[in-house]
Amino acid sequence: MTNSIEEIEQADAILAIGTNTTENHPVISSRVKRAVRNRGAKLIVVDPREIPLVRHAAIWLRPQAGTNVAVLNGLMNVIISEGLEDAAYIETRTDGYDELKKTLAKYTPEYVEQISGVPAEALRTAARIYGTAEKGSILYAMGITQHSHGTEAVKCCANLAMICGNVGIEGGGVNPLRGQNNVQGACDMGALPNVFTGYQQVADEKARSKFEEAWGVPLSGQPGLTIMEIMNGALEGKIKALYIMGENPMLSDPDLHHVQEAMKSLDLLISQDIFLNETGEYAHVVLPSACFAEKDGTFTNTERRVQRIRKAVEAPGTARPDWAILAGLATRMGYPMQYQSAHEIMKEINSVTPSYKGITYERIEGVGLQWPCPNIDHPGTKYLHKDQFTRGKGILTPVEYRPSEELPNDEYPYILTTGRVLYHFHTATMSRRSTGLVERYPESLAEINPRDAARAGIEEGKIIRISSRRGTVSVKAHVTDRAPEGTIFMNFHFKEAAANLLTNPALDPTGKIPEYKVCAVKVEAA
Amino acid sequence: MSEQFTINIDGKEVRAMTGQTILEVARENGIFIPTLCHYKGTSNVGACRVCAIEVENARSLVAACTMPVNPGMIVRTDTERVKNARRLVVELLWSSGDHNCLTCESNGNCELQDLVYELGIEKPRFTIDPPGYDLELTNSMIARDLNKCILCGRCVRACNEIQVNDVLDFSYRSSHAKVGPAFGADYISSNCVFCGECVDACPTGAITFKSARFMGRPWETAKVKTTCTYCGVGCQLDLNIHNGKIIKVTGNREHGLPNEGSLCVKGRFGMSFVDHPDRLKTPLIRKEGELQEATWEEAYDYIADKLKMIKSEFGSDSIAGLSSARCSNEENYLFQKFMRAVIGTNNVDHCARL
Ligand code: SF4
Ligand code: SF4
Ligand code: SF4
Repeated sequence: MTNSIEEIEQADAILAIGTNTTENHPVISSRVKRAVRNRGAKLIVVDPREIPLVRHAAIWLRPQAGTNVAVLNGLMNVIISEGLEDAAYIETRTDGYDELKKTLAKYTPEYVEQISGVPAEALRTAARIYGTAEKGSILYAMGITQHSHGTEAVKCCANLAMICGNVGIEGGGVNPLRGQNNVQGACDMGALPNVFTGYQQVADEKARSKFEEAWGVPLSGQPGLTIMEIMNGALEGKIKALYIMGENPMLSDPDLHHVQEAMKSLDLLISQDIFLNETGEYAHVVLPSACFAEKDGTFTNTERRVQRIRKAVEAPGTARPDWAILAGLATRMGYPMQYQSAHEIMKEINSVTPSYKGITYERIEGVGLQWPCPNIDHPGTKYLHKDQFTRGKGILTPVEYRPSEELPNDEYPYILTTGRVLYHFHTATMSRRSTGLVERYPESLAEINPRDAARAGIEEGKIIRISSRRGTVSVKAHVTDRAPEGTIFMNFHFKEAAANLLTNPALDPTGKIPEYKVCAVKVEAA
Repeated sequence: MSEQFTINIDGKEVRAMTGQTILEVARENGIFIPTLCHYKGTSNVGACRVCAIEVENARSLVAACTMPVNPGMIVRTDTERVKNARRLVVELLWSSGDHNCLTCESNGNCELQDLVYELGIEKPRFTIDPPGYDLELTNSMIARDLNKCILCGRCVRACNEIQVNDVLDFSYRSSHAKVGPAFGADYISSNCVFCGECVDACPTGAITFKSARFMGRPWETAKVKTTCTYCGVGCQLDLNIHNGKIIKVTGNREHGLPNEGSLCVKGRFGMSFVDHPDRLKTPLIRKEGELQEATWEEAYDYIADKLKMIKSEFGSDSIAGLSSARCSNEENYLFQKFMRAVIGTNNVDHCARL
C-alpha cells in the first residue's frame, strides 16, 4: 500500500475494486465500513459479485469479470471530460498526461457499457464521486491482478489516482491489499528471481558486488526463473531439483495436472512445511518446520509495517524454525551459517537493505515500523511519494483494454472466477484444521446465479460438475444472487473440489500472474 | 476550535479542552472514576451509571462519561453521595444476575468483580434474582451465559460501531431486556461472522471463548503478543498460553496500530492447527516409494549429497527454490541467500503471484 491502513478512515471517497475485503482482510473492511458510517465517506464498489461491502456502498458497479481496464479507463474519461482532474498535480507531479488523454478519449461511458455491462450513467456517478473527493483512496486486490492483463489494470489504478492528485497525500493512495501474512516481506527480502532484498537488482553490478562482499561468494547476475517458468522448466527437464519452503503449489497453481507432471519429473523435491501437504506427497524429502507461534521473527504487513512474531509454545517433535533448517543445510553444504537467533539475521538484513536499515528488534518491540526506514532515528514512512515519486515524476501509462485470454463460447458458456471465503485461507492446510472455521464452512460451495441454475436444472445444495478445457470438478452448488448471471464463483481452498484443476495458466506478460479470475467453463447437474 | 482551560476535580486544578468529557480529563490526570459501559472505540452512552459524580450546581449526579467539560467546572468524585450511588448501582447489577465467580471463566478478569471488591461490598442488600436463561453452548467458538449479563451494551456497540457487523442489539421481551442477535437467535444461526469483538468487549463472564472454558485461570495464563499468521493486515494479537497450549486469542489493544485490538474469525478461532495431531514431527525421506521417518542428520546428508550431485552434473541453474509468503522475513532472507550464495542461482520465487 502507498498509504496506511488507519488512513482509510480519513478518506472522503473509497474505490474498492477487485477486492472482497470483508472476507479476505476483514479488519481492513471494518475500517472501510467505519469510514462510511462515522465519517460519511462515499464507497464505490466495483465487483462482478455482490460482495458484503456492497451493502455499505454509495454505488456498486458490476462489470463482467475481466473488464476492469475498460471500467477504470471509463472513470478517467468522465473525470477528464467533466474537468474533475487535478490539473496542478498533473502538471507538476506527472509525465505522459497528453498521451494518456488521447488513449482515454474513446472510453466513453457508452463504449465502456458495451464492453463491461456497467450502465453509462452509473459509471458517470462513480467517476464524479471519486473525482470530486478531496481525499480518494483506491483499494484493490487479486481481482485486479489475477488476470492476463493484471499489470495493466494496476497501471490504470495508478493513472486514476494520479490524475486526481490522490497519490502522496494522507488518506489517499493506491492500496493493494495483500492476501497473505508476509507476501510483502517475501518480496522485500528478495524471494524473487530478479532482485536481492529491498528490490536491489541482481543484474545491477553495484548491488551484486555489495552482496558478493557481504556473503563472501561470487553471485550470478542472470535473473532467475519465475514460479510458472520453474514448473515448465521441470517438465522440460531443465530443472532437476526444487526446494519448496512453506508453499503448496499442488493446490494453488493454475492447471494442477500440469504442476503434478512437473513435480513427478524432478530428481529431487524437498518440501519443508508444518503439515504434509499435497505437494509433500510427491516429495523425496520432507522437513518439519515450526509454525509462527513457535518461533521469533518478523512479518511485514500490507502497509509495509514490520512487526514481531514471538515464540509462545514449543514446536512439536523435532520440528525447527525454517531459518534454523536453512542455516543447518547451508552449513552442511559447505557454507557455514552460524546464526543463533532470528534477531541476528535481522541485523544482517539491516546492514544490506537500505529501506530496512532502521528497523531493529529494539525499535519494534511495541509498535512496528513502516519501511522505508533508512536509519535508526527515522520514524518510518506512513505514506509514500509525499513530495515526489521515486524517479521524480509519476508516469502516466496509457493502457488499452484487451479481453481475457479465454472467453465463454458455445461449449463453455460460463465464466469461472475464483477467490477465498471468510472462513478459510489459501490451500486451507491451517484453516481446515481449525475447529471453528470448519464448523462455519465445512465444505466447498460453488456460487451460481438462480437464472443460470434454473436453465441448467441445478438446485441448491446439489452436486454439480464444472468443466473447463483442462479438467472437471464436482462441487456442491449454492444458488445465489451474489453471483452474476453467466459467472460462477469457486473458492480454491478444498482439494476435493480443486478450482485450480479448471483455471487457465495464461500469464500476465509482466507480472507473470496466472489468470485465476477468468476462464470458460460448462456446468451440469451431476 | 478546541480551547484550553482548567477545571477542578477533587480539589485539584487540571487542564482540559473543549470536547472532552469529565471521564477523559479525569483519566488523563490519574483520577480514578469507575466505569462499566464505557468502551474505547465506541460511543459513550451513560448506561450503567457507575461513573456518576457530583458537579457543583447540578441538582443530581451526572455520568462522567457523557458530561462535557466546561471552563471552571468543579467536580467531586469521592463524596459519600457518589460512593453510595456507585454501591447501589453495583449491588443492583450483582443481585440481578448469577454472578457465581466459582465457575465463571472470567474470574480474575471481570470488571464487575473488581468493582465489588473496590467498593468493599460484602453482599448485595437485595435478593439475588437471576433471569434464568439457558447457557448458550451451540457453537465451538463463543459461549454465552446471559445470566451474567449486566446490560452494559458493550458487545452491541463493539459489533455495530467497531466491526460494523450489525449482528447484536437489545431486545425487550416482557420485563427483561436482553442482548443478542435479532429474533433471539443464537450466534451460530445468526449472521454473526465470529470476529469475537463482543467477547473482548464484555466486562463480565457473559460472553466467553468456549475453547478456554475450564482450561486455565487468567492468572495462570501467559499472554504472548504476536502477529496474526493469516492475512496481510498483520493484526496484533495475544496468544493466551496455559500449560504450553494456546487456549484462546485476544486482540492486542495496547499499541493500537494496525488493528486497534480487532481481529477476524481466522486470527481469533483459526489457531487449533498449531497443536493438531497432523503436524509433522520428524524429517521424512522417501525410501522404496514410501516416506519414512528419518533423523535431521540423515535428511541433511540426503539433501546435501543430491544437491551437490545435481549442481555438478547439470549446473546451478538446474536447481530452483520456492520461498514463502507464510514464513518470516528472516527466513525469506535466508532462503534467497541459500539459493544465491550456496546453490549459485537466482531461480528463487514464491507464490505471491497466486
Ligand atoms: S462475534 Fe463479531 S459479528 Fe458476532 S456478534 Fe460478536 S461482534 Fe458481532
Ligand atoms: S453480554 Fe457482556 S458486553 Fe454484552 S451487555 Fe451483557 S455484560 Fe455487557
Ligand atoms: S485477524 Fe483476520 S484480519 Fe487480522 S491479520 Fe488475522 S486474518 Fe487478517
